[in-house]
Amino acid sequence: MSDAEARAERLAVTFTVNGVEKTVETLPMKRLLDVLREDLALTGTKEGCGEGECGACSVFVDGRLVNSCLIPALQVEGSRVDTIEGLARGGELHAVQRAFLEAGGAQCGICTPGMVLAAVDVLRKHPNPTDEQVREGLAGNLCRCTGYMKIFDSVMTAALAIASRDGEGAA
Amino acid sequence: MRPFGYERAESAVAAARRAADTGATFIGGGTNLVDLMKLGVMTPERLVDVSRLPNRDIADADDGGLAIGAAATNTALANDPRVRERFRVLSLALLSGATPQIRNKATVGGNLLQRTRCPYFYEVGLPCNKRAPGSGCGARFGRSRDAAVLGTSEHCIAAHPSDMAVAMVALDARLGVRGGDGDLRWLDVDALHRLPGDRPDREHDLAPGDLIETVRLPPPPPGRHVYTKVRDRASYAFALVSVAVVLAVEDGVVTSARVALGGVAPKPWRARAVEAALTGARATWRAFCAAAEAELAPARGHGDNDFKIPLARRAIAGTLAEAAGIAPEVPTGGRRATP
Ligand SMILES: Cc1cc2nc3c(=O)[nH]c(=O)nc-3n(C[C@H](O)[C@H](O)[C@H](O)COP(=O)(O)OP(=O)(O)OC[C@H]3O[C@@H](n4cnc5c(N)ncnc54)[C@H](O)[C@@H]3O)c2cc1C
Ligand code: FES
Ligand code: FES
Repeated sequence: MSDAEARAERLAVTFTVNGVEKTVETLPMKRLLDVLREDLALTGTKEGCGEGECGACSVFVDGRLVNSCLIPALQVEGSRVDTIEGLARGGELHAVQRAFLEAGGAQCGICTPGMVLAAVDVLRKHPNPTDEQVREGLAGNLCRCTGYMKIFDSVMTAALAIASRDGEGAA
Repeated sequence: MRPFGYERAESAVAAARRAADTGATFIGGGTNLVDLMKLGVMTPERLVDVSRLPNRDIADADDGGLAIGAAATNTALANDPRVRERFRVLSLALLSGATPQIRNKATVGGNLLQRTRCPYFYEVGLPCNKRAPGSGCGARFGRSRDAAVLGTSEHCIAAHPSDMAVAMVALDARLGVRGGDGDLRWLDVDALHRLPGDRPDREHDLAPGDLIETVRLPPPPPGRHVYTKVRDRASYAFALVSVAVVLAVEDGVVTSARVALGGVAPKPWRARAVEAALTGARATWRAFCAAAEAELAPARGHGDNDFKIPLARRAIAGTLAEAAGIAPEVPTGGRRATP
């Protein structure tokens, strides 16, 4: 820790993470990404570029998909933060997670948590998305491995799975 | 990142007063500021958070225009039905910029005051008169691919990066600025940014504590809206050249032309020479090319960015042709921003 950091005042920030309220004492310059990974041990959220370009650090804050690497932790006071760890329910993977496994949407996995959350965001807005809507919705997420086609397939696979599940539920 | 004090303001008046009293820097979405703080390019001691101020609504104004709270996100503004229908060039410009995640966080006020993407400004070890006055302009004789060709000075050639602001300049937006004394004053968006001259570090005419609180769009000018953004790749690159056009043509004659450029100047550039050349002229490919030529006549390249001059000419003429519904006589290159 540098001198300046040692002198800096720690401040408390309280927010809800995946439905559970947490209070963290943090240095004012810490990013939400650091607090999630270091203070809350939620290491599913990844750091790729740290500059807003790659989307590996994507999380939902109050329902909006954002880059946690560009958010001072203090800015989320009172907010609802949802990370990749909160997606599976009761040991059941989310349909998007299953689709990424089935359609080969993940290779090394660094982009995957952010990519999956971006896909969830696309499907919330467009349950029956066009190719264009998928591409636009994932435009903030880079992948070095897959070449994207299998990721686009995964999103479409998930859309079908959700539609048929919801159809069954309604029947 | 350097340590900083952080507080959240309860109102625009309180935010402006606090920043004026303490010399604090405003943080909106933080998508530009946090990055620059991490790199040590901006080193504020204190931040006043204005991202959650109540001024985030988008509402009809009495004169038929629109009143936009400066804390509205870029996503909210781009997707507002009134913006999509009546101020379409603004929606197109916003959606051509950044990524969904960034637009969800970025605010209107922060977008207007985002800093240049010049690589010399970004790298604290390199000379840059904007960041470190007196250290020299590295880009003039160095990497200038992104730099401006209009309105530059020997002290700075950095380009303004915003897409949104280009559309706002074309739409004659006015900014409601809350001063540290609590008063609200009005400023044309075109008068917000300064040209570098011999003070490239002074980018705008706001005093410490001046908060951009609202943006007023007057009723939209008549005509078709088109935004062209030419960039190195299709997704989230900054503009090499961008062109915002709202053009009305009646019986083959231009009755109203609003044109602004991005990527080519230190500020969002109102293309007044194009507008003057076209208003009342016949809407022909030749007239569009001549108008573009007139705008670029004073342009000067710096080596790496020489290509921007012919590129800007073609982008202007091509965008005008698209708005007028006539065929360009040469390929214009570039990718149209689609909604
Ligand atoms: C990967 C990436 C790609 C991008 N691509 C594009 C692109 O293609 N086109 C484009 O136009 N932009 C692009 N951007 C830039 C983006 O649009 C800006 O970062 C964003 O608009 C800034 O808004 P903000 O609210 O986050 O500002 P902040 O980072 O919070 O603030 C920026 C500046 O504005 C000041 N400020 C903020 N609000 C106010 C206010 N109300 N009154 C007075 N001062 C204020 C702050 O003090 C600071 O100096 C990109 C950014 C990233 C990270
Ligand atoms: S780590 Fe945040 S966008 Fe790359
Ligand atoms: S799977 Fe490796 S970066 Fe996407």
